[in-house]
Amino acid sequence: MSTATLTPKRSSAPDSSSLTAGQLPGWTTWVVGLASLAVGFLAAWLLTSSFSIGLGVALAAVVFLVAMHIASLTVEGGRRAADRLAKHIVIGMFLLALLPLISVTVTAVGNGISRLDPGFFGNSMRNVVGAGGGAAHAIWGTLIITGIAMLISVPIGLLTAVYLAEYGQGKPLARSITFFVDVMTGIPSIVAGLFAYALFGVLFGIGTVNGFAGAVALSVLMIPVVVRSTEELLRIVPNELREASYALGVPKWKTIMRIVIPTAISGIVAGVILALARIIGETAPLMIAAGFTQSLNTNPGSGAMMTLPVFVYDQYARPGIPREPYWDRAWAGALTLILIVMLLNLVGRLIAKRFAPKTGR
Amino acid sequence: MSKRIEAKNVDIYYSKFKAVEDVNMTIEPRAVTAFIGPSGCGKTTFLRTLNRMHEVIPGAYVDGEITLDGENLYGNGVDPVNVRRKVGMVFQRPNPFPTMSIKENVLAGLRLNNKNASRTEQDEIAEKALRGANLWEEVKNRLDLPGSGLSGGQQQRLCIARAIAMAPEVLLMDEPCSALDPISTLAIEDLIQELKSKYTIVIVTHNMQQAARVSDTTAFFNIAGTGQPGKLIEMDTTEKIFSTPSVQATEDYITGRFG
Repeated sequence: MSTATLTPKRSSAPDSSSLTAGQLPGWTTWVVGLASLAVGFLAAWLLTSSFSIGLGVALAAVVFLVAMHIASLTVEGGRRAADRLAKHIVIGMFLLALLPLISVTVTAVGNGISRLDPGFFGNSMRNVVGAGGGAAHAIWGTLIITGIAMLISVPIGLLTAVYLAEYGQGKPLARSITFFVDVMTGIPSIVAGLFAYALFGVLFGIGTVNGFAGAVALSVLMIPVVVRSTEELLRIVPNELREASYALGVPKWKTIMRIVIPTAISGIVAGVILALARIIGETAPLMIAAGFTQSLNTNPGSGAMMTLPVFVYDQYARPGIPREPYWDRAWAGALTLILIVMLLNLVGRLIAKRFAPKTGR
Repeated sequence: MSKRIEAKNVDIYYSKFKAVEDVNMTIEPRAVTAFIGPSGCGKTTFLRTLNRMHEVIPGAYVDGEITLDGENLYGNGVDPVNVRRKVGMVFQRPNPFPTMSIKENVLAGLRLNNKNASRTEQDEIAEKALRGANLWEEVKNRLDLPGSGLSGGQQQRLCIARAIAMAPEVLLMDEPCSALDPISTLAIEDLIQELKSKYTIVIVTHNMQQAARVSDTTAFFNIAGTGQPGKLIEMDTTEKIFSTPSVQATEDYITGRFG
């Protein structure tokens, strides 16, 4: 059997009957769209006597909305006109929301690509003044600190969520945990940094700054996110599956480990990846807890450790003379960070797909 | 491996609410016992106390004594997990595990309970259970495909296979056909007839024809009104209940005068 999808055959020309009357032809949208663009840019030019893309598109959008609404209202009537208006506004808002995202990506790629060379990944900033150098120390620092933060946060977060969803159920302890987790979600990241700095100061002497302290600060930010997302996912696992497992004489802990968590695993992984993406770009807590350095340090137990966001800040805010090589490195660092987050998302999707409950026939 | 169940003075509670009051009954081995009665009268609640599934609900508990061949299921120190390994259950809606294949679903009870069996033994157990559930011919070529890809009736038979793969002594069925079409219902009723030679079977049903078709003994539960506990009204051979019941309420119910 061929795998080609079968679609019902339909002639492209619309049937003409009383049921098809009073419709705008399909090309109307395009014609009105192009006309609106022309009108919009003309109006923008007349208003400011210069060529402005932003103003032109904005005016064109307004003209398009009004023109399409009037055209639809006269030909198609109120119901379809309202439908079209709503659809156009929804699409417009979506494009508007996309705008900053595209702008950020284009800017980061445009400014960062020039320094995204092997030297950038191979060198640290040790003894580098002016051009050259790289972010190897910061990339390693980010990977190590985020990795440790994940190793701390995932077990704690996952087990807390299991307690809340499977054992707590309205107990005072569970309710207070939920409350404090919600509070923790809202604490400013700088507070997490100060907490880690103070904790390590008490434990290992005032002024202790190292990779572990940074990882602890990030864990404080990551744990509540993991708890909340995992808990929600465990709650939507149907109770019937738990009962089916209990009825087979499977103990509760094994039911959770082998039935409940595997059923929700794809969502849990996605939640963890989102939490990782959230903390990997944190700057403030790492400045305090992990410190600054220009050299490669792969030992999280001693000495300051550079991370990508701090590297970007450092290169941008404290450039030497000339400034350009520093700013180029800052952009390349930002681009690397974006690439790492994209990679994480990709890996997360693959894992989620691999473990997702199978539904096919 | 089929056992007699006896219930003595059983009261069943959801927190403070008494859902079922003072049930006394004997369920015979190698026979099918049907529970009938209007909605909310406590049939399912009572069924779930027979394998200690009732207490899974927070705040729910049972007062009284239920024995399985003389052993009290609610005695001190009895582990509900051990009870459930002896008393299997099939639910109202088919609930195969979505992360597992057809074969893994059938073997779920064994694997999750760490019963070590070689690959060939596992294959044999799976085939036997699937044949027992009348599903083998339909799925033998796709044992490694997900169980959720089967039709509703097939999924329910898969759940029956999963329950009998554990070789329980009693099989509880909570309205096993209520989500199924007549053909699948017939397949499962035939299956119940075959299974009763080996197991003690208890079935809850809203379908009185089904109770009349499959059961040897029928128990009628009723409820006096909302907020009142459900009670066992009478229990007798199916033939007697459906022809000459001794209580007026039973006759009213089975002739369709209420409910």
